[in-house]
Amino acid sequence: MISISNVTKQYKGAPRPALDDVSIEIDKGDFVFLVGTSGSGKSSLLRLMLREDVPSKGSVSVLGENLVAIASRRIPQFRRNIGMVFQDFRLLPNKTIFENIAFSLEVTGASRSKIADKVPAALNLVGLSEKAGRMPNELSGGEQQRVALARAFVDTPALLLADEPTGNLDPATSAEIMRLLEKINEGGTTIVMATHDRGLVDMARKRVVVLDQGRIVRDERGSGYVGQE
Amino acid sequence: MRLSTVFREAVSGLRRNVAMVVSIILVTFLSLTFVGTASLLQMQVAQMKNYWYDKAEVAVYLCSTISPANACPQGQASEDIKTAVTAKLNEDTLKPFINNFYFEDHAQAYKHFQEQFKGNTVAKYVTKEQLNETFWVKLKDPQKSQIVTETFTGFAGVEEVRDQRSYLDQIFNILNAASLAAIGVATLMLFSSALLISTTIRLSAFSRRREIGIMRLVGASNFYIQLPFVLEGIVAATVGSLLAGGAVLAIVQFFVQGVLAPKLPFTNLVGLPDALTVFPILVGVGVLLAAIASGSAIRRYLRV
Ligand SMILES: Nc1ncnc2c1ncn2[C@@H]1O[C@H](COP(=O)(O)OP(=O)(O)OP(=O)(O)O)[C@@H](O)[C@H]1O
Ligand SMILES: [Mg+2]
Repeated sequence: MISISNVTKQYKGAPRPALDDVSIEIDKGDFVFLVGTSGSGKSSLLRLMLREDVPSKGSVSVLGENLVAIASRRIPQFRRNIGMVFQDFRLLPNKTIFENIAFSLEVTGASRSKIADKVPAALNLVGLSEKAGRMPNELSGGEQQRVALARAFVDTPALLLADEPTGNLDPATSAEIMRLLEKINEGGTTIVMATHDRGLVDMARKRVVVLDQGRIVRDERGSGYVGQE
Repeated sequence: MRLSTVFREAVSGLRRNVAMVVSIILVTFLSLTFVGTASLLQMQVAQMKNYWYDKAEVAVYLCSTISPANACPQGQASEDIKTAVTAKLNEDTLKPFINNFYFEDHAQAYKHFQEQFKGNTVAKYVTKEQLNETFWVKLKDPQKSQIVTETFTGFAGVEEVRDQRSYLDQIFNILNAASLAAIGVATLMLFSSALLISTTIRLSAFSRRREIGIMRLVGASNFYIQLPFVLEGIVAATVGSLLAGGAVLAIVQFFVQGVLAPKLPFTNLVGLPDALTVFPILVGVGVLLAAIASGSAIRRYLRV
């Protein structure tokens, strides 16, 4: 599903590489936590997986696509198979909740009937069916993140990437989002989630990949935030 | 690809940047109006040139009583000379080039002179004999006047051979230079409107960078992302160029035909048919300019 080998990412003008000889394999159906201190390279790694950036060295392959060699006109098509959520939700403020979710189907050219079918299903999954007509600024942070999750998941992608999706939320709301992610994962979607949320990681007992100064220092299944030692 | 979505995005962009859109409309309107007027001016000059060049004749002036002695050593041209010139004009070497020719004697020359300089004091003092008798030669192809000029320059009893086109050339060179300058200015104006369109589209893209980011995130194709911006530029420029076309029509109808034409009864001025040929060209130029300017602007914006 994801195969990253010997990847180094050196940003222009940065004193040290953001990612330093990173190799990782992620299988279909995996749920992976990316943890590590601020600046350790979690977001950089996710950006490579979404082909928002290319590595300075090494190879990145996601969903069977070689992301170093992919033609730029094929990138949009590639991204349609991936859902992505961020700490800051990234909803369109001038569109309703329904329109926000429908938007990601519209831009891929989905038919009206497909939209009428899938958007309510996604809203139902995140429990926001009654708020379909609201604007994003009328929703709480947790609700907005659920909308973002619904948008990421509406076309049932094979892979869902999340960059600190609970970073702006209180523990109870975070747990709610986490439950949703686990539900999505149970449906077969692979999830890679960067987080600082120690509680969530410790509770979930999933695969944990720890980055430190751009290197992978631990990769353990069924683990916690700190590890066994 | 859902076109309704693309149009909705374009319309929302237009609404969000009303001031900018108005500025695109105004600048394309002004520059294309200028382009339209400049090309009509060019058409007018070409039309007049055709008209006058067609009328231009070669004048073979015969010696008169006041001709300078070096050109006319025998003084006033005799009947023999007139016969010789007529014979020469009818010879096979010249005849094929000549449409027709006629002779203007002292009396006719005097009459024309009096008409032309009516009220002028010279009209009182000039006598019939002082005015040249002239053979007016109309050529089949006014370009080939040289053969007549060469034949009669230095011909006994001929004072001077003058191609009227040489006067016209001077006038039309000036008119041409003026209309070319107008076209030059028009081109500069077009260039600046292209720059303004591309700046406007970049600003529009910047104000919608959030949407653009989200569109890329969810896998919208580049074409789909760019299209609303290109449409935005094209819609604004189309409005501007339609206005410009309307302005050109109005200028021709109300100013050229309404005000100028009655004052210049013998001049064939550009009319509505000419303006109507310019109209689609203006709209075409406007739309093409906007498409290129906004397309390249948004592509450059998205690359970084
Ligand atoms: N676009 C960029 N240009 C230059 N340097 C960058 C860029 N993006 C990230 N970096 C640098 O790369 C390193 C890794 O950044 P990254 O965002 O991947 O860390 P992170 O683990 O996501 O941190 P956080 O937990 O704070 O989100 C940092 O030192 C950062 O300053
Ligand atoms: Mg980060």
